[in-house]
Amino acid sequence: MSEPMVKAEAVHKRFGRHEVLRGIDLAVAAGEVLCLLGPSGSGKSTFLRCINHLEKINSGRLSVDGELVGYRQVGGKLHELRESEVARKRAEIGMVFQHFNLFGHMTALDNVTCAPINVRGVPRARARERGRELLERVGLEDKLDAYPAQLSGGQQQRVAIARALAMEPKLMLFDEPTSALDPELVGEVLDAMRKLAAEGMTMIVVTHEMGFAREVADTVVFMDDGVVVESGRPGEVLANPRHERTRAFLSKVL
Amino acid sequence: MSSPEVTDTAGRPDEIRAVPVRRPGRWIAAAVVVLVAAAIGRSVATNTRFEWDVVGSYLFDERILEGLRVTVELTVIAMAIGIVLGVLMAVMRLSPNPLVSGASWLYIWFFRGTPVLVQLLFWYNIAALYPKINLGIPFGPSFIHADANTVITPFTAAILGLGLNEGAYMAEIVRAGIISVEEGQSDAAQSLGMTRLQAMRRIVLPQAMRVIIPPTGNETISMLKTSSLVSVIAVADLLYGAQIIYSVNFKTIQLLIVASLWYLALTSILYVGQYYLERYYGRGAVREEPLTPLQRIRLGLFARHEEGGR
Repeated sequence: MSEPMVKAEAVHKRFGRHEVLRGIDLAVAAGEVLCLLGPSGSGKSTFLRCINHLEKINSGRLSVDGELVGYRQVGGKLHELRESEVARKRAEIGMVFQHFNLFGHMTALDNVTCAPINVRGVPRARARERGRELLERVGLEDKLDAYPAQLSGGQQQRVAIARALAMEPKLMLFDEPTSALDPELVGEVLDAMRKLAAEGMTMIVVTHEMGFAREVADTVVFMDDGVVVESGRPGEVLANPRHERTRAFLSKVL
Repeated sequence: MSSPEVTDTAGRPDEIRAVPVRRPGRWIAAAVVVLVAAAIGRSVATNTRFEWDVVGSYLFDERILEGLRVTVELTVIAMAIGIVLGVLMAVMRLSPNPLVSGASWLYIWFFRGTPVLVQLLFWYNIAALYPKINLGIPFGPSFIHADANTVITPFTAAILGLGLNEGAYMAEIVRAGIISVEEGQSDAAQSLGMTRLQAMRRIVLPQAMRVIIPPTGNETISMLKTSSLVSVIAVADLLYGAQIIYSVNFKTIQLLIVASLWYLALTSILYVGQYYLERYYGRGAVREEPLTPLQRIRLGLFARHEEGGR
């Protein structure tokens, strides 16, 4: 079996004295779509932020595409990576946030082209051409020059997806991408994600959209209180949860 | 009894034409304002001691214009130093390194904690403390040697005093701007592969500008006026020019009016500059850009024109 895209072994994360992650073991294969479910405060979002090193883990091992996140192992010792090295690795991982976090002072197209131009050094004209393609792919070809404040939540989130894709990531992280949206706007964002999954993108999605998880996910993982309670194919976990806590959670959200 | 028609004959909703509420208070207030304004206006016009002809004759006096130039120069240079130092100190203040943020805190504490007039006098007299200025590696060799009295002219003392003091105030303004930008913005920037500094420069600071500009405009206007303090260390600014003239001809009030008119003119120009800067950095923050006064006038004329044509 080939190296998994994301591999977590006994990952622990503390904020002060509060243990948010208490030993996460997880593997995500290339091309796999994994949905992380669980009540709020269970550590799903924190785990996602650990994968691109926005949060530092306290113990355990976490690797992406065979390389440790945030460290380099030389002999038996871990060496912290320099900021520029961390940044380079982050650039290969796309992230979509609950509150979109679009750059408010830039148009949709500038949001999409900003990182390729400034981080990767892609020539302006090329970046803009590619940016237009990406925005067209998420159905926003007529919103290139709109500022985020002029877009609906669903449109903003689709720009955010295009912005992440502009860096040609090998892995996409979605942190509750539809939780801040009006119900009638959720569909357009899920459609864009569905398309992406069909194209073979490796995706980790923290979500409360059970329909999406059932339909698109290869694996669903149920987390509670900083540990993985159970995981498996969506049909099994969602239909016949083995664990009491999973059952209790699903009975509330389904 | 018939109620008023809600729609006109074509079925369009009828515009409401109601009898307006009487507001006697407004009329009384307006009358008071007009009365007071008329009284002040009459006194200014009829009090011959204003000697407006004298004011007029000195308005473009060479010494006044030279002082004006110095005042503008001082304001521009001191603000430039203040802004650069302010950004630097604000970024240092937010640094995770306690020594770096501590140094910034100390700087702000010191320069905000002493009167700017005291600082000006201090720099003016710095030669008493350091007669010779040597620049080089601390505890090592020095490369530049200079005599403090020749390097620290009154003008340099003024620049140092005003600029360093301004830096401390600007640091707090910039810091407020930076922390007003949500953390999600730098999260997003970093997730795209930007370093902390790149995220600060390209994403956070441009958005912080919206919060930073209005108080910076205030600071600039205030600096323009505070710069008049330098007349005590013999820098020939606008006020100094006026003082030089009235110390000879004793037209004190008239020359103070001349200086005031110039200060007012300069601050008015700054108002306009601030308006356009705010508008520029506000882009994206509002759904519709506010119109410039010029656009508003044009639109107003146009709209009236259209209405007349109907």
